[in-house]
Amino acid sequence: MDFSLLIIQALNGVQLGLLLFLVASGLTLVFGILDFVNLAHGSLYMMGAFICASLTFLFGSFVLAVLVALPLTGVLGFLVERFVARPLYDRDHLDQVLGTFGLILVLDTLAHLIWGPAGIAVPLPGWLQGQIAMSETLVIPTFRLVIIGAGLGAAAGLFWLVNHTRLGMLIRAGASNRTMVSALGIDIQTLFALVFALGAMLAGLAGMLIAPITEASIGMGNNIIITAFVVIIVGGIGSMKGAFIAALMIGLIDTMGRSFLDDLFKLFMSSDAAENSAPAVSAMLIYIIMALVLSLRPQGLFPPRTR
Amino acid sequence: MISLTRRSWLTLAVMALLAVLPPVFYLTGNPYYLDLATRLAILAIAAVSLNLILGYGGLVSFGHAAFVGLGAYAVGIPAHHWLYGGLDFLATTSGLVQIPLAVAVCALFALVTGAICLRTKGVYFIMITMAFAQMIYYLIVSIEEYGGDDGLVIDTRSELPVVNLDNPLHLFGLSYVALVVAMLLVRMIVRSRFGMVLQGAKGNPERMVTLGFNVYAYRLTAYVISGAMSGFAGALLGNFTTFISPEMMDWSRSGELMFMVILGGAATTLGPVLGAIVFIVAEEALSSFTIYWHLPFGLMLMAVVLFARGGLMGMLRGRGEDRE
Amino acid sequence: MSVVLDIAGLNKSFGGIKATDDLNLSVEAGELHAVIGPNGAGKTTLISQLCGTQTPDSGRIRFKGRDITGMKPYARAHLGITRSFQITSLILEMSVIDNIALAVQARDGHSFRFIRAARKIAPLRREAMALLQRVGLADKAELPTGALSHGEHRHMEIAIALGAQADLMLLDEPMAGLGIEESAEMVTLLRDLKGKHSILLIEHDMDAVFALADRISVLVYGHIIATGTPDEIRSNDAVQHAYLGEE
Repeated sequence: MDFSLLIIQALNGVQLGLLLFLVASGLTLVFGILDFVNLAHGSLYMMGAFICASLTFLFGSFVLAVLVALPLTGVLGFLVERFVARPLYDRDHLDQVLGTFGLILVLDTLAHLIWGPAGIAVPLPGWLQGQIAMSETLVIPTFRLVIIGAGLGAAAGLFWLVNHTRLGMLIRAGASNRTMVSALGIDIQTLFALVFALGAMLAGLAGMLIAPITEASIGMGNNIIITAFVVIIVGGIGSMKGAFIAALMIGLIDTMGRSFLDDLFKLFMSSDAAENSAPAVSAMLIYIIMALVLSLRPQGLFPPRTR
Repeated sequence: MISLTRRSWLTLAVMALLAVLPPVFYLTGNPYYLDLATRLAILAIAAVSLNLILGYGGLVSFGHAAFVGLGAYAVGIPAHHWLYGGLDFLATTSGLVQIPLAVAVCALFALVTGAICLRTKGVYFIMITMAFAQMIYYLIVSIEEYGGDDGLVIDTRSELPVVNLDNPLHLFGLSYVALVVAMLLVRMIVRSRFGMVLQGAKGNPERMVTLGFNVYAYRLTAYVISGAMSGFAGALLGNFTTFISPEMMDWSRSGELMFMVILGGAATTLGPVLGAIVFIVAEEALSSFTIYWHLPFGLMLMAVVLFARGGLMGMLRGRGEDRE
Repeated sequence: MSVVLDIAGLNKSFGGIKATDDLNLSVEAGELHAVIGPNGAGKTTLISQLCGTQTPDSGRIRFKGRDITGMKPYARAHLGITRSFQITSLILEMSVIDNIALAVQARDGHSFRFIRAARKIAPLRREAMALLQRVGLADKAELPTGALSHGEHRHMEIAIALGAQADLMLLDEPMAGLGIEESAEMVTLLRDLKGKHSILLIEHDMDAVFALADRISVLVYGHIIATGTPDEIRSNDAVQHAYLGEE
């Protein structure tokens, strides 16, 4: 096994894990506090990517585009909360799932109407396009490091927000005791809308970061949302710490599985059999992990204390 | 008495129209409508089977398209090997092998995944059924032999005694009869002692456990029955489209099946069929009108969830009428 | 008299707080044994451990001589333990008689029977109807359960407990939320059951408990501080001090 390939894939895994965390943290926030299942969360990720793509062409600067696109996806999240989520808070999860499923169709089609059926590639400024040579064989694209840095930064900011600010205190209190927060004279509707917008911005940020690599495309959110579900199931729904650990775990396992599972299989089976079975097993790997975690801990690794 | 017959009459009328109209269209030179009705009947079987666990059992399974897809591949894979060789023990075009295989594979998949999913509750269950369906999706994508992403053409339809599935009328007839059988089967199950336990567990699982019912075992049984029935629908769907791809098990397909059940009216005999009819007709009408048909369609879906609780059957229930 | 339920040295803590503290208690055949105690004494935790929805940290629960400490809830029900719920726990979507018929059905062992319509099985319906008659709800049999009053729901709980024909009935505050008149009706109903069934009654209503119980145990902070006949409990100094003294 090639050592530098191992490092590169590990970094890819961390990168995927951090993007997953950005998507999953919004899901788990919204579910943990609002008890609301938002299938359309992936569509906010997609909208983030598209909005950022358009703004990049408008401003000619990717960084500026991200800075403007972030509040815009927040506003979009605000609108979704007001007109779709809020009427569904009191309904059962089935209605929430179906309602937001309808919203996915609407948002995907709107993206189709606005940006056309083909994906949009997002150009990076020159200083982000380069590669950094760590050694003779180990070359890492600068932008991957930027994604990892931005992901870690966003994660740190989120933990700070939840654990060390007044808003975070309300969020944590709201998750365990809604009536108490209302009794404190806090407008719970506004708190919910803020949480929803925050989740939308996090998902949107993930979309913006991935867009220069994969391009913004319709339906891109529908793939990541299931993986994000796996993340919050494994981590424990409602747990931010669980989402972070599970996201990195799933990101690493998925990336490593796809690259190295055939080598691993070759240790104990014939080369042919390994070549044939490895892709199938690596495709299922994260789901197998999820099943294993659940059979040991049906509430996930870090189950929320109450609910 | 009167309330019951009103619903029964509606059911009989809808099913009679569904039996008669498509062949009439076909014989008068409109084969397109027979095709539409065949697809409708097949998807309705899947919706009826989903209704058993979703409507009567209260188990929100968001992965039912996986069973349909697995059922279709249980037809496609043996047919593929029959034509191109390999895996001799599996290679066949006989429907008498393929269809039981579809049912058995789906029952087994339901048993294994259900055993894990049903240990969890509520939103966990929704997400896990979804994730397992996606697992099968990616599994099929990863197997190049069966076409991966591009899908698989079924060159030879299942060979069965008496019916010839290459004949559209026969295929429709089989699908229609299978739909009626599925409806009667689910009706029988939900009215049986088993069905009472399943419905009781939907309303109050703690109470059912306290009474001495192993709710988990009853739910798992229902899950397996439902999965197996959807597998059968999948086998028919493979024969109908003769082209199968992982896209059949995409989670949006599962969402559509759920929507059919809710739109028509969950926990009713006719509801899922009515939902399938409205769904497919709306899909056809809108998609012939604009390529952006998902927009009005999504809005319609949201409107139904927000405003039409109880589905079409709920609206049809007149004032003062008792529940079924 | 033989002992139906025997609890020895039961302990259960939640995050350092002892909800059940070295609890010993027994119910003899045909006895109505009441457990009283102030709010937070651990009555509900006790019921949960008896039903198997919570597992004790240590201690033994024996039912008819058999150790059931780690047994699953539904298996305990099969052995002959039934309970009523403090917060009414019925299947509101189903009719009144369907709720009772399910309790009768539960007694038949398993219900993996798929063919015959349950509502057309005469013995099930007949027995369910008889139970409804016994608790005075026969005329409401076909109504949806959700349409009945709270007091009627409490009566349904008793009918369900009866339908199980259990060797031990755990009644968790059957008087909770009842008005004076309804409470009196419930006392009459329970007096009718007394002697025919072994009952562990958890109850707040002191008048009812002292009128009905053969023996009373007083639970304070998860520990039984006294057990005895109603007269003995009334005159027990520790009880006076810890519980009744404030009245």
